[in-house]
Amino acid sequence: MSSSEHSSAPEFNSRLERRRAFSMIFKNCCAILSWLCIGVLGFLLVHIFSSGWEWISFDFIKNAPSRMPHKAGLFSALMGTIWIIVTTAAIAIPVGVSSALYLEEYAKKNRLNSFIEINISNLAGVPSIVYGILGLTLFVRFMKLGPSVLSGALTLSLLILPVIIIASREAIKAVPNSIRLSAFALGATRFQTVFHHVLPAAMPGIMTGVILALSRAIGETAPILMVGAVAYVSKAPHGIMDGFTALPIQIYNWAREAKVEFEGLAAGGIIVLLLALFMMNSVAILIRNKTQKAQS
Amino acid sequence: MTDIVAAAFRQKTKKSKWIEEGVRWGIFLCALASVLTTFGIIFVLAKEAIPFFREVSVVDFLFGTKWNALILPRSFGVLPLLMGTILIVLGAGLIALPVGLASAIYLSEFASQRVRQTVKPVLEILAGIPTVVYGYFALTGITPILKSFNDEIPVFNALSASIVVAVMILPMVASLCDDALKAVPRSLRDGGYALGSTKTEVSLKIVVPAALSGIVASFVLAFSRAIGETMAVTLAAGGTPKMTLNPLESIQTMTAFIVQVATGDIEHGSISYHSLYAVGGLLFLITLAANLLSYKILKKYREEYE
Repeated sequence: MSSSEHSSAPEFNSRLERRRAFSMIFKNCCAILSWLCIGVLGFLLVHIFSSGWEWISFDFIKNAPSRMPHKAGLFSALMGTIWIIVTTAAIAIPVGVSSALYLEEYAKKNRLNSFIEINISNLAGVPSIVYGILGLTLFVRFMKLGPSVLSGALTLSLLILPVIIIASREAIKAVPNSIRLSAFALGATRFQTVFHHVLPAAMPGIMTGVILALSRAIGETAPILMVGAVAYVSKAPHGIMDGFTALPIQIYNWAREAKVEFEGLAAGGIIVLLLALFMMNSVAILIRNKTQKAQS
Repeated sequence: MTDIVAAAFRQKTKKSKWIEEGVRWGIFLCALASVLTTFGIIFVLAKEAIPFFREVSVVDFLFGTKWNALILPRSFGVLPLLMGTILIVLGAGLIALPVGLASAIYLSEFASQRVRQTVKPVLEILAGIPTVVYGYFALTGITPILKSFNDEIPVFNALSASIVVAVMILPMVASLCDDALKAVPRSLRDGGYALGSTKTEVSLKIVVPAALSGIVASFVLAFSRAIGETMAVTLAAGGTPKMTLNPLESIQTMTAFIVQVATGDIEHGSISYHSLYAVGGLLFLITLAANLLSYKILKKYREEYE
């Protein structure tokens, strides 16, 4: 008995060393692969800023797109993006938040409502280009809205609705039940409880979700390319029925050009787009931090 | 006095009942909007694909090996487009799944709080970058690097598109796997350590198997995202439908074809135009199946820990 223990000890020790060595190697491999992500992000940003920075100027912001790279700018694209996003927000926020309120505060557990729920999570997985097909066929052609700001905004609204609904539901779920019970106890109706007490309490969470959804909408290219690229547009829209171009569309058009100068223009457009995204995300994070502090 | 108050109160209740019912129905209709969207998608794809399938049989469409939708002689076999998509998805999966899983293991099992707080936001930023930016990056950042290794590689190639699609789906894989690994209870890990396992052995033999359903579900979701990815492959992979599994060639995916038709000057109502809906319908069905599969995996194989 004791002799066999003695003979297995060196074997155990050498195996232990191997196991420990393997453990170290595995850990370091995983670490390197994780840090690789940061490397990729760094490379991407350096690449874009180094080729696009020299194109950023006041003229670049205020000029219209042009065949001549040195005169080209993205004023119409910038204005188009602003028009689209404001219209999208005006459509998607009320509908999305209302859906979330219905599902969380009103819906009873029945077949129809669970179907709505499954349907929303499925819609979140539908590729954005399929929404583009829907927008092109339904809004542009069938409803005869044309390649307008409204068509683009409706398409993007449908695209981000699931995101807004899911985020808003989380925020509404997080409202403590005591608030609802207090309101009911004072004789408030369901409408009063939900709209005067639950909704304001959930507002910061909803806003964060909405801003993140809208920042996704700003960068979405495929759907609005399909809806809006039917017409060549060099002017900023003046109303929701006007034709439009948008930042991602402009970037796409420039990136496709063979000339090297357009490559720089595309990078310049990307910088503007990334800055817009950065600002929106900062606002979202600011709201989140502020309410976290207020609650704690 | 009390009578007046009571009457006013009754009137107010009556009015608020109307508001009550109105609001209930109003927001119910909003919730229905999402259902209508689904029906809208299915209706539009089906209605517009029917004229296409009147002229091209389903068998020819699904098993034909030549896609020539825009120029004569026309030929509508979807396999080259499908192969293009599969090539991109496989390439992206080969890179993103192992790297994503490895970084999830690192973040959840090895990394300190500080490292987590650096890497997680970076993953979130990567996930938030618009796809058209990735397309530009593939075309002007990755392709020149590939060309420096081998000058024969064409400007538009499947490899550089695969690489950026991998970068795009990696954050999703990493964060979903991280969630799955984190959900494994500590007691399982402690049991492993008590038996003398090293950290790697605990991670690979206990935590990963325990979280397997979540990991596989995240892989399937990532595939679904890669299949539907449009702008990066449209910009970087080219526009030549081809039956090939060579990543160094120019190909065309289903999504890139849809963009090509919708943005080109194809006559509305022609068979080429309607082929867009046939391809779009196929794309929708594939991603829907992948999403449902991921949902089923999570539901059926989820280990419940208290």
